[in-house]
Amino acid sequence: MAIRGGDFFGLKLRGLALPAPMLRGEAAGAAHQKVRARRGFHLAALAGVAVLGLSAAAGLVSGFPRPALAAQAILNVSYDPTRELYRDLSAAFTADWEKKGGGAIQVRTSHGGSGAQARTVIDGAPADVVTLGIPSDIDAIAKLTGKIPADWRAKLPNNALPYTSTVVFVVRKGNPKNIHDWNDLVREDVGVITPNPKTSAGGRWNFLGAWGYAAEKFGKDDAKIREFVGALYKNVKSLDTGARGSTITFAQRNFGDVLPAWENEAHLITSEFGKDKFDIITPKTSILAEPPVALVAGNVDRKGTRKEAEAFLTFLYTPEAQRIIAKHHYRPSDVSALKPEERPVEIRLFRIEDLLGGWDVIQKTYFDNGGVFDQLTARK
Amino acid sequence: MSVAAAAAPARRPFFRKTGALPGFGLALGYALTWLGLIVLLPLAALFLRASSAGLAGFAATLSDPRVQHALLISFGVSAVASIAASLAGLVIAWALTRYDFPGRRVIDAMVDLPFALPTAVAGIALAALYAPDGLLGAPLARLGWQVVYNPIGIFIAMVFIGLPYAVRTVQPLIAELDRELEEAAATLGASRLQTVFQILAPPLIPAALTGLALAFARALGEYGSVIFIAGNLPGVSEIAPLLIVIKLSEFDYTGATVIAVIMLIMAFLVLLIINLIQAWSRRRMGNA
Amino acid sequence: MPDPDLQRDRVYVSDSVVTEAPWARAVIIAFAAIFLALFLLLPLGLIFREALAKGIGAYWEALTDPDAVTAIQLTLLVAAIAVPLNLVFGVAASWAIAKFDFPGKSFLITLVDLPFSVSPVVAGLVYVLLFGAQGLLGPWLQSWNIQIVFALPGIVLATVFVTFPFVARELIPLMQEQGAADEEAALTLGASGLRAFLTVTLPNIRWALLYGVLLCNARAMGEFGAVSVVSGHIRGLTNTMPLHVEILYNEYNFVAAFAVASLLAILALVTLIGKTFLEWRYGEAIAHGRR
Repeated sequence: MAIRGGDFFGLKLRGLALPAPMLRGEAAGAAHQKVRARRGFHLAALAGVAVLGLSAAAGLVSGFPRPALAAQAILNVSYDPTRELYRDLSAAFTADWEKKGGGAIQVRTSHGGSGAQARTVIDGAPADVVTLGIPSDIDAIAKLTGKIPADWRAKLPNNALPYTSTVVFVVRKGNPKNIHDWNDLVREDVGVITPNPKTSAGGRWNFLGAWGYAAEKFGKDDAKIREFVGALYKNVKSLDTGARGSTITFAQRNFGDVLPAWENEAHLITSEFGKDKFDIITPKTSILAEPPVALVAGNVDRKGTRKEAEAFLTFLYTPEAQRIIAKHHYRPSDVSALKPEERPVEIRLFRIEDLLGGWDVIQKTYFDNGGVFDQLTARK
Repeated sequence: MSVAAAAAPARRPFFRKTGALPGFGLALGYALTWLGLIVLLPLAALFLRASSAGLAGFAATLSDPRVQHALLISFGVSAVASIAASLAGLVIAWALTRYDFPGRRVIDAMVDLPFALPTAVAGIALAALYAPDGLLGAPLARLGWQVVYNPIGIFIAMVFIGLPYAVRTVQPLIAELDRELEEAAATLGASRLQTVFQILAPPLIPAALTGLALAFARALGEYGSVIFIAGNLPGVSEIAPLLIVIKLSEFDYTGATVIAVIMLIMAFLVLLIINLIQAWSRRRMGNA
Repeated sequence: MPDPDLQRDRVYVSDSVVTEAPWARAVIIAFAAIFLALFLLLPLGLIFREALAKGIGAYWEALTDPDAVTAIQLTLLVAAIAVPLNLVFGVAASWAIAKFDFPGKSFLITLVDLPFSVSPVVAGLVYVLLFGAQGLLGPWLQSWNIQIVFALPGIVLATVFVTFPFVARELIPLMQEQGAADEEAALTLGASGLRAFLTVTLPNIRWALLYGVLLCNARAMGEFGAVSVVSGHIRGLTNTMPLHVEILYNEYNFVAAFAVASLLAILALVTLIGKTFLEWRYGEAIAHGRR
């Protein structure tokens, strides 16, 4: 047997299934039982073929998804917590577009960690628009592919921000750990659940929120800021890859004491998992989270969907869209059309760019390989 | 057909096949072409991309403590988990082949479940079960044991993934064990324990090692089920495949491919060593 | 056939000396049962419990949701493409490897098994590196407007990669054990090569073939990691069932997530039943062969 002996993987081939009994059974099989076995085989083979055939038929008949997007569909590549928001916004846009005589249109969406989503666009996902969690992810697409102009933030109103958000804290009902502000998160008895800033935009806003808070508190004292943020991340009990993963760890698995989260996500948690189980704590001051949108010019021109994609982005700034945005607890860029009770709670928000400089610098200094986040979480 | 003919290496002068059957060129050509397109070409792209980092890049990646730790966690926990799966697998295989008890067939069929169940589903189910408020996690938590969101969670997921391989590799051999040897040993006055460890265990070792190697290889690369239950803390419970995903999220393709290549090579070395031990024990034990 | 009385006698003797004491037996069986219950049965039960948490109506609704239906269709389609491809490859590879001797054979077997030791994440990554916009062939593909990754072809490729060794792995050892004598005899008797394959080889390997296809299919439908990297997660377009489970789960729609997951679990169970059936057929064959 050539396969015996020093064969690298060959040996294990014999093991996995049940080849050994199979071998002997067949080799020594008597005629009558071969006949019986053959009948069984025909049955089984028939069943196998039927299953395969049915699968193929089911796939083909019912109009299986086409690999390429048709012209009347646009693709919105977005980040994790916007699923509910864009389900409503896309529906509203579709209705609006058809009403205005634009014809039938379909808005497809794709959700995932902001960084991972940016990467799929970089690698060729045919996105018409990107609506990501943090400006640096769109910068990366612009820089690596050239499909988005470098000055994309100037192309749309309000720095390409149809909505903003902030970071608030979700705690267990009654706030048993007495958490009120950022400095409570570094207490030794507090377990923090937050996503990984490397893979999640929400994770980056949380990090920057803590950093900004410390920067305002300690001024220019970099060592103290580092100590503060480092202490916070020592309290982190689980570092999931996306904001949604952290929410599930915290809310569904009941793990940890506090979940710093997107404001919209915090409200969603209380409505989805029960208002009687969680409280939302609004810190005295927090970060202005800026999830921007952009047109993927390189893709829309290739696909011929520029008109539709631009209309979609413009629609996000209309009063109708702004009302949907407020309903989902994002912060509308223009509250003028909203009734006072529809407007979000006032919090003192700081812009991280004012504190730390442009996104180029922030991304590189804090989050790239070997950056501040890596330094603070390195274990000896 | 022309592709197959062109790929058939029968033309090369030093290459000789033996066997009188037809279809060798066609079959081998087709197999090689398909292998090349599906496996080798993409893997070549991986190595090509990684090689752009250069030796210095590899050294830098390997000297990054975070990478070191992730590799250590991945290899360490995979090793422990595959050993645990193999030991449990031996006992389970023994019970399933040697004894008859109610529900044996059902349990036997169940063993393959982790193989067919999507890993993400497995991860979600395991995390739900073993979380501090889960069905199994709650009693453990009362004892002060937290088994998810730390390396133990990784261990649980990897044992789950590796179990079918550990059981299925030894099962046929246990079925084949020669009863007469046992009888002879008993007649000669050996105690049951002596018989088990001196007569029955040795021939099972090569197969058990095969199972170990398979479970290890599978656990090492596992991603879907582990991330749901690991906690993913850098330097504590961050596995190497997750680090690859993180590198990708940083748009650092070269870094990602470097880790991928390191993992691939190290996995190969570990498997090679296990296979060498196995070949050696096979020679020593005779053809098991 | 030996005398039945004698045989009973033999069984009696062997039972007394060739097995463990009753308590040890009980401990071993209990260990196996408890271990499997903790690691296998409970997770499985949990899936169904969660799926049916809001009743059969909610369960059915989750499965008939348009996005779920597209995901199911896509999964079936991917499997229907990937499994036959690997089936043909498996038969060709094992024919060449098992029926002939040639240099580099062990190496070839190793290569066939290579995908097994590759992390699913890496399996997806390699296709992105090859066909992605930044990849080796990306610009060329783009100039022809061909979309491979983040579309159906990429998902199929990743699935084929992950399930690559399964059929071949089942066939090679079996065909090696069987040798080439039967086929050579058929040839001597004037059969053509194809006829020898169809009438001699195929009946000999049919069980292993079916078994390999079953495993290959189960794995193809359940693959998550590799497909996740190349899918692009476009709702209703490139989401397979495992990815759809993750999406639903991340939307806090636990009932629907576990409902789709339960479909995959049922698929796994059907595979296991099919496999048990095959073993049962074999078991009989073995029993006959031994007597």
